[in-house]
Amino acid sequence: MEYEPVIGMEVHVEISTKSKVFCGCANEFDAPPNTHVCPICLGMPGVLPMLNRAMVEASIAVGLALDCTISRWSKMDRKNYFYPDQSKNYQISQYDLPLCHDGHLDIEVGGETRRIRIRRAHMEEDTARNVHTLGSGESGVDFNRCGVPLLEIVTEPDLHSAEEAHAYLTALKQILEYLDVSDCNMEEGSLRAEPNISIRPKGSEELGTKSEVKNIASFSGVQKAIEFEIRRHKKILDEGGAVQQETRGWDADKGLTIGQRLKESAHDYRYFPEPDLVPIVVDQAWEDTIRETLPELPLPRRARIREAYALSEFDAGVITATKPMADFYEATLSAGAPPKQAANWLMGDFQALLSDSKTEIQENKISPEQLAEMIALIEDATISGKIAKDLLAEMFDTGKDPKALVEEKGLVQISDAGELEAMIREVMESHPGPVADFRSGKHKAKGFLVGQVMKLTKGKGNPQLVNKILDEELEKT
Amino acid sequence: MTMTLDLHSRTAHELRDALRSGETTAVEIAQSYLDRIADVDSRVMAYLDLWEEYALEEAGALDERLAKGEDPGPLAGIPIALKDNFCTTHGTTGCASRILRNFESPYEGTVVTRLKDAGAVLLGKLNMDEFAMGSSTENSSVQPTHNPWDIDRVPGGSSGGAAASVAADEAAIALGSDTGGSIRQPAAFCGCIGMKPTYGRVSRYGLVAFASSLDQIGPFTKDVEDLALIMNVICGRDPLDATSADLPVPDYSESLGREVSDITIGLPKEFYTDALNDEMRAKVDAAVAVLKEQGARVIEVSLPHTDYGIAVYYIIAPAEASANLARFDGVRYGFRHPDAKTVEDLYKLSKSEGFGREVQRRIMLGTYVLSSGYYDAYYLKAQKVRALIRQDFDRAFEQCDVIITPTTPTAAFKLNEKIDDPLQMYLNDVYTNSANLAGVPGVSIPCGLTDTGLPAGMQIIGKPFDEETIIRVAHAYERNRGFDPGKPPLE
Repeated sequence: MEYEPVIGMEVHVEISTKSKVFCGCANEFDAPPNTHVCPICLGMPGVLPMLNRAMVEASIAVGLALDCTISRWSKMDRKNYFYPDQSKNYQISQYDLPLCHDGHLDIEVGGETRRIRIRRAHMEEDTARNVHTLGSGESGVDFNRCGVPLLEIVTEPDLHSAEEAHAYLTALKQILEYLDVSDCNMEEGSLRAEPNISIRPKGSEELGTKSEVKNIASFSGVQKAIEFEIRRHKKILDEGGAVQQETRGWDADKGLTIGQRLKESAHDYRYFPEPDLVPIVVDQAWEDTIRETLPELPLPRRARIREAYALSEFDAGVITATKPMADFYEATLSAGAPPKQAANWLMGDFQALLSDSKTEIQENKISPEQLAEMIALIEDATISGKIAKDLLAEMFDTGKDPKALVEEKGLVQISDAGELEAMIREVMESHPGPVADFRSGKHKAKGFLVGQVMKLTKGKGNPQLVNKILDEELEKT
Repeated sequence: MTMTLDLHSRTAHELRDALRSGETTAVEIAQSYLDRIADVDSRVMAYLDLWEEYALEEAGALDERLAKGEDPGPLAGIPIALKDNFCTTHGTTGCASRILRNFESPYEGTVVTRLKDAGAVLLGKLNMDEFAMGSSTENSSVQPTHNPWDIDRVPGGSSGGAAASVAADEAAIALGSDTGGSIRQPAAFCGCIGMKPTYGRVSRYGLVAFASSLDQIGPFTKDVEDLALIMNVICGRDPLDATSADLPVPDYSESLGREVSDITIGLPKEFYTDALNDEMRAKVDAAVAVLKEQGARVIEVSLPHTDYGIAVYYIIAPAEASANLARFDGVRYGFRHPDAKTVEDLYKLSKSEGFGREVQRRIMLGTYVLSSGYYDAYYLKAQKVRALIRQDFDRAFEQCDVIITPTTPTAAFKLNEKIDDPLQMYLNDVYTNSANLAGVPGVSIPCGLTDTGLPAGMQIIGKPFDEETIIRVAHAYERNRGFDPGKPPLE
């Protein structure tokens, strides 16, 4: 039988506020265990939570970017369950009244645009981290993560393939990065994606039984886990079996999911309104203030950049893939660089340097002004494009101005016709064979001669001028 | 050296005046209280943790500041004791529970800081029903506290140690917490003043939570003037408590000595039923008559949902408690059962041995009413009725300025009398818990002794955040009641 996969996605994003969601402790990854803790996040007797305003604002910003309705009135709830990674044995979350609801995100798959509905986005606190690698047979709990603000974003079951799920996550991550609200680092756990998957006979409206997959550390892992689950469900149904509703864990090494918890053993979380916090009231004015601070989002920015600078769809997509890249690009243009050349350098050599050194563009040593200056040096023929490649690498390593480097290293192009002519004659005299070859009609020989001239000029000969003079000299007999 | 013998029997404002006039010193005051505690606490058993050395050191430091002409604050040198559920960085904070025995808090609650900043000399921690669950202080895992008026009787609860300490002159002022009557009921039983302020008036930061939407810190005092004095220190917005109200706090001492001729008193007919003991009724009637003589108008009002108060309270309070007490699991602090081998065992054994019977009963009740399938029938329904109870008060206060009721249906009962009958014990809160459910402020003030020599208490309930009027009416009564309630016969 032919089946249609139906996929919903739950994403937990750690919001990078300065302090935790209910106390003043630093919200920081990678600190020594239990150094960012206080009585409040440790759940000591008598403490009370205070909701971090910055978290509410970041969550509203995400909600608005996803075209959600922002609840005028919402509240926090207690979700009760016992586990040593919880300091209170309840998690403060949102149950029936999420801060943001009923939004959507448009994604592009195979040249088509698909609208994925967002059911809700709600605020909660992260748990501590249990550590089982102490080596003494004991387990430890690191409470640094306990109380880190989390936003849980839940879609309707609108995704129908692993590819769409991947596209959704990519688009969501892009928006979160544009809003600058999270590191979105799946390996460090600041973004966690948990797909739920079911399949149904093609054409059917009824939903099949779903499984939910946890412990996935990359987008490609999500894609593989979904593909695995679709195959697993198909096999069960084709053999006449029934899929069990359960939570499964992704084993990246083996490339398969493993059953963890059946629905029957699901927790009764005994949610009830958090009495230590007051309701969250977001009036229109507050919502508007946050809306005004929203940056231009990826899709509109891509369209604008494509049209304004006459770039290809592909180039505009690469340039706007991340906000820092798009910001860098537009700053380079503001500094006077021509759009096409700036795009080429940014997507080509510059991108390679960033990738090879695993450097984020916003942390690299070259400024947009320096890149524009370098491009200007090529445009006014001070340096050749070939020299510029080496120059860019030098700038990337040192952060020095291109003009200064050009002078320091003597990289200025030789554009003096007399000087070049003398060098070309020298090459022709020492290589009579190829000269004769050219003159007898073997025009390929010219390439060799150009190479020899460039070698003699140490790469600094103005390529156009070298070609022109060489042509003239070869014409002479 | 001045004789310190009588200092402990004075009120806080008298001590303040004696200190400022140079009649005595903070050290003498502290010593007088410590001597009194040494004399009587083996019988009253109010204190769980006595800070003798600390109190004398603090008092000495205050005397030095006074000698330099500094003003150490409105509570300078006043000996104050705290219920064992107040987090203090000195001594232990155990909530009279085995699970927190010898627990030392790494931080100090907001109200404790305010007391210290106002110059109070803290004497120690006071007995209570475990985690404030109870009406007799018999649920303490450490010891029972005895009523200073009759050593065979309970002091009430859950702030029984606090009420008994003030009644027995073992503290000038004590602070307790009131979730369903835990300040007002013991104050009535012990013959002192006990106030539960409006929910949100006093920060709860650093008060070990029982039921977060009902808990409120409040004082026990020897007279109304002291009540105004302490309220001026503990009330007000706290940035660490989201539920604390961002409202200005009046100077409560301005409510003292004022007339009540413009006051309308409401008597809720649902409170004056057959369940009320005749003698208690007569005491409250006489007290209302005193206020009437002073010009107050008295009308009958109705709080139609009063009968549901106990039921609603015993759903909401345990529900919140079941979550609040979940953190006591032996993982991070407190009692950890030595035999636990697995995480699940750690939870089960530590909680089973760490919590007493009443606490376990309420955790189970609360877990039940929040469970899937029962939530709507119990918790949600209770919240709806709670809204009706709140509405009852709103409507009644359209007609009157304060509501007067007895604080308790009977005077103090005997130790062990009700300990095996939780329902009878719960009914002790019948007149007090609706103020918690509605969030309104209330005070219990002594209104005479029964024939057997036990204190009776009158409850004055006010509008939200109108503690001023309560204090004004209470003070008018105290000035004009025409008798001295006297001291318990401990000698």
